[in-house]
Amino acid sequence: MKKVFTEAAANSKDYQALTEVLTHKTPEAVITEVKKSNLRGRGGAGFPTGVKWSFMPNNEVAPVKYLVCNADEGEPGTFKDRFIINQMPHKLIEGMIISGYAIGAKVGYIYIRGEFRKEAEFLQTAINKAYSDGWLGKNILGKNFTFDLFLYRGAGAYICGEETALLNSLEGKRGEPRLKPPYPAQVGAFSKPSCVNNVETLANIPWIMLHGGEAFAKLGTEKSGGTRLYSMSGHLQHPGIYEFSPTLTLREAIQEAGGVRGGKKLKAVIPGGASAPMLRADEIDVCIDFDSLASVGSMAGSGGIIVMDETTCIVEAALVLLKFYAHESCGQCSQCREGSPWLSRIFQRIENGQGKLADLELIEDLCKNMAMQTICAFSDAVTGPALSSIHKFKEEFIQHIESGACPLKNHQAKRV
Amino acid sequence: MSRDHTILTPKVLEKISHLREHFPVEALTIPLLHAIQDEHGYVSREAISESAAHLGLPLAKVLKVATFYTIFNQEPKGKLHLQVCTNIACWLNGANDLVAHLEQRLGIKAGETTTDGKFSLSRVECLAACGTAPAMQVNDTYVENLSKAKLDDLIDKWSKSECCGICDGDGDGGGEEEKA
Repeated sequence: MKKVFTEAAANSKDYQALTEVLTHKTPEAVITEVKKSNLRGRGGAGFPTGVKWSFMPNNEVAPVKYLVCNADEGEPGTFKDRFIINQMPHKLIEGMIISGYAIGAKVGYIYIRGEFRKEAEFLQTAINKAYSDGWLGKNILGKNFTFDLFLYRGAGAYICGEETALLNSLEGKRGEPRLKPPYPAQVGAFSKPSCVNNVETLANIPWIMLHGGEAFAKLGTEKSGGTRLYSMSGHLQHPGIYEFSPTLTLREAIQEAGGVRGGKKLKAVIPGGASAPMLRADEIDVCIDFDSLASVGSMAGSGGIIVMDETTCIVEAALVLLKFYAHESCGQCSQCREGSPWLSRIFQRIENGQGKLADLELIEDLCKNMAMQTICAFSDAVTGPALSSIHKFKEEFIQHIESGACPLKNHQAKRV
Repeated sequence: MSRDHTILTPKVLEKISHLREHFPVEALTIPLLHAIQDEHGYVSREAISESAAHLGLPLAKVLKVATFYTIFNQEPKGKLHLQVCTNIACWLNGANDLVAHLEQRLGIKAGETTTDGKFSLSRVECLAACGTAPAMQVNDTYVENLSKAKLDDLIDKWSKSECCGICDGDGDGGGEEEKA
């Protein structure tokens, strides 16, 4: 099987695609090729990239536009963007220059999470090299095309992965999501039309330009082109980054990563980063593409596959995630600001053996009031682990409540 | 003499000088706070006031930014700030046991600093190092594939040496080689 990333670094020369594009392709032709590729946003939402690009106003209406790369990688269970930055920073830079050319942006920003200090330094060195080699700056390859690229470090806030929160943060504000519309394509960074794309999305662009949109589309499913980088973690024999075709099933993906370690049985999988609803061990014969996972009530999200073995307490696993959300809610909307810590307190008391059966109804009721009610999708994401855990592992919750203790307290897998 | 010179030193201001011509002044807030923390280890209330004055922004604007982002320490931290991830992938790999072990070794609770000012311990959210869990960040450096034995070795090494062994330029957190 052809692979975009694990072979790209070795097989294609950096900036070869850019040279091709600037010599032979109009911006419109680049967008058409990306539409043909069926590339969908790798940050988690899975929105078709070519379509997102075509929302950008033309140069007559908007002479100043920005391309923004989302390198905030914060979805628990996801570490692929860090892999790309560390392994092939020039694929990202090249992808950004081509994308900037396509949407008519002369300036690009990479918003990188603050914790990635070494990665930021490494990426800045790569940007400097691209400048000194003439791939960035004025009149690239002697053409009438200028593109400048700036790196901007975040400072520790999960919500800044949400594109409008990211834009606010880039402007030096609190990372609070914006009410939409207007969408970033109308009013984005510094009030100019902006397109925000994930690291992996942009790093795919050079391959698509070299091999064509159709070839990329063929690597994936009918509605989602290309291979994807999957971050595999949890109780796996060989956790790490894997490049898979999304036509693989979750079971096959887990096997590729060596299966559950220590001969233990699989209990649950979170297939697309923390916000993706959990699946039980008997639900993993499903393909790992956006649409298949959505059809079973979960999501492919950021491609972070978190595997939990039979020793895992699901109540506590959900609690770990809910505490995280309670910590990271930006606080703008009351449903999310109050609901996230409230859910976390309910799960904590169930885990402590002090829960009541009525708590399960309370969780349902709370989640109903949190989903689809707020400025951004954070609040919806919180309900993912909360509802999927009580729906799919109800007996375990009842056991906690009726026995007044966590039945798995002393059986958790010990590694350290 | 202005107190600007003790917090917003030329070295601090130099770190954001390359951004001035490319970014509006408000967008310099986060880079300036980063530069202050790099130099002084934390962002004090005084530093926030001086940053606001320097950038010509209302104090409230800088204060609300400085207090929103978790990277900005609002009080001094130890020379080595051990930030252990306890989110899902690290938790599945025993991060809570590691925090307990560190609390016992260092004689402090998470959120505290040792009396000699050498170590601070914190629990943090996902660091995007889930494939090499459990992981922590020590100051700016990731240390991955942690175990109690590995932590004991590091603590022994750090306790003995005058230099923290991980600060600027060295970067030897013992985990670099395992970067994904």
